[in-house]
Amino acid sequence: MIYRFRLSLFLLAGLLATTPAFAQELSGTLKKVKESGTIVMGIRESSYPLSYLDDKQQPIGYHIEICNKIVEAVKRELEVNLKIQHQPVTSQNRIPLVTNGTVDIECGSTTNNEARQKQVAFAVTTFVTNVRMVVKKASGITSLSQLDGKPVATTSGTTSVQLMRAHEKGKNVNFKEVYGKDHADSFLLLETDRAVAFVMDDNLLAGLVTSSKNPQEYAIVGEVLNIEPIAIMMRKDDPAFKKIADDTIRGLIKSGEIEKLYNKWFLSPIPPKNVNMNFAMSETLKGLIKNPSDAPAEFYNKK
Amino acid sequence: MKYHWNWGIFFEQIKYGDETYLSWLISGLGWTVAVSLASWVIALLLGFAIGTVRTTPRTWLVRLGNAYVELFRNIPLLVQMFLWFFVVPEFLPRNLSLWVKQEMPAKEFVTATVCLGLFTSARIAEQVRAGIQSLPRGQRMAGLAMGLTLPQTYRYVLLPMAFRIIIPPLTSEFMNVFKNSSVAFAIGVLELTFQARQMQEDSEQGIETYLAVTVLYFVCAFIANRMMAFIEKRSRVPGYIAAAK
Repeated sequence: MIYRFRLSLFLLAGLLATTPAFAQELSGTLKKVKESGTIVMGIRESSYPLSYLDDKQQPIGYHIEICNKIVEAVKRELEVNLKIQHQPVTSQNRIPLVTNGTVDIECGSTTNNEARQKQVAFAVTTFVTNVRMVVKKASGITSLSQLDGKPVATTSGTTSVQLMRAHEKGKNVNFKEVYGKDHADSFLLLETDRAVAFVMDDNLLAGLVTSSKNPQEYAIVGEVLNIEPIAIMMRKDDPAFKKIADDTIRGLIKSGEIEKLYNKWFLSPIPPKNVNMNFAMSETLKGLIKNPSDAPAEFYNKK
Repeated sequence: MKYHWNWGIFFEQIKYGDETYLSWLISGLGWTVAVSLASWVIALLLGFAIGTVRTTPRTWLVRLGNAYVELFRNIPLLVQMFLWFFVVPEFLPRNLSLWVKQEMPAKEFVTATVCLGLFTSARIAEQVRAGIQSLPRGQRMAGLAMGLTLPQTYRYVLLPMAFRIIIPPLTSEFMNVFKNSSVAFAIGVLELTFQARQMQEDSEQGIETYLAVTVLYFVCAFIANRMMAFIEKRSRVPGYIAAAK
């Protein structure tokens, strides 16, 4: 007891002596994290290879590694040791969980767009996905214009159908849209010939194809319907925390480490099945690595 | 909580297109009502037939009826939806299977309606059986003794009374049909829950969306409740079963 009491006195004294100036400045997430000694990281269970669980149920992935670096930077800034708590999130609950304070930093696969920026903030973009379609090679489909009168799959709760309708090549095409409740279901619709194409983010499609029974049967084809910057998400109006996140990512870019991470997760075999996604870096992401930005999707899709 | 409230969101345009979010919810409500009412018709017809059969003296019919009820009662509704949608067509001949999967008009609606109808019919069958069995044995005997055939005894003596007895659980079942229809989103019926998920994703105003949808479901179930209460009142036989108010 005495030892602990003296230790805490010592720590208190140290705190008062070294950091009086910024102790007053602490606010928002940094304050919450320092007081609780815990930082809550929102993770996805199957967003390959950005954020998913390995065979030991541990979160791994490209965004998890980047987030771990951000947490290290937060520790350095606060000069405390933080416990990381992982909180699985879904695409339905991730934004409410961030706004209500359950999750401090969401490391999943969230598109940065204007509607979301009303609720939350995003770090600078670390990944870019293009909305395209996957088809069975045997169907010979290579463009939206060939889908007239054909069933096209997408996942409920996503906006791919509206994107298809809005695209110039899709304007005069009569789609028969069919919906899966999640991406695996939607892929099943294609696999069982209920749909001739499945429209979704191309990295997710690549993941589904890679893990399917016959990967060589499928091809990702067609026009890019939307360019979507994917970023790490945090609470809005918290500039101090966002600065740490942004600076960490800028540092990774400057040191070239981000490319190494990209190669590790997108261009090499990854656990648990040791398959290679073979997903080359898009031109948009290459540009963003030269000039980091947290602009929303609307910025890349100006009509 | 730092939530950006926007109750005007329902009147705003969706991100890519000229519809409003309100029009999404209204079309979702339309499908919810369509699925619910259509499956309610199936459920009532089948439920009464099977429930009745389970009280007849024919042992094999009783067993068949029991098997039907247990089959549909013991499998979760969501799993049944997937079975009808993904599994059953795979057992059809190749051409028919492709037709069901690609060409059949309103295939999600038909599948969901049949599935929800059968599921609910098993529950109604159980209530009908209980209703008939709750009648004194003498009723059936008296009917037969008067020279009525067995079907006539059911038609003129047993079923009219059993129906009145089971109106309260039938009311719950009618309300359940509206609530259970939300499961149909999983096979892609564009009903209310589906539109709510879509609207939440598109607008990022999840709290407003789900509150609105909650109110709409409540209203549906409550209207169903009042309709049944009306039927209960109008069909009441004074002095019989429930005391007249």
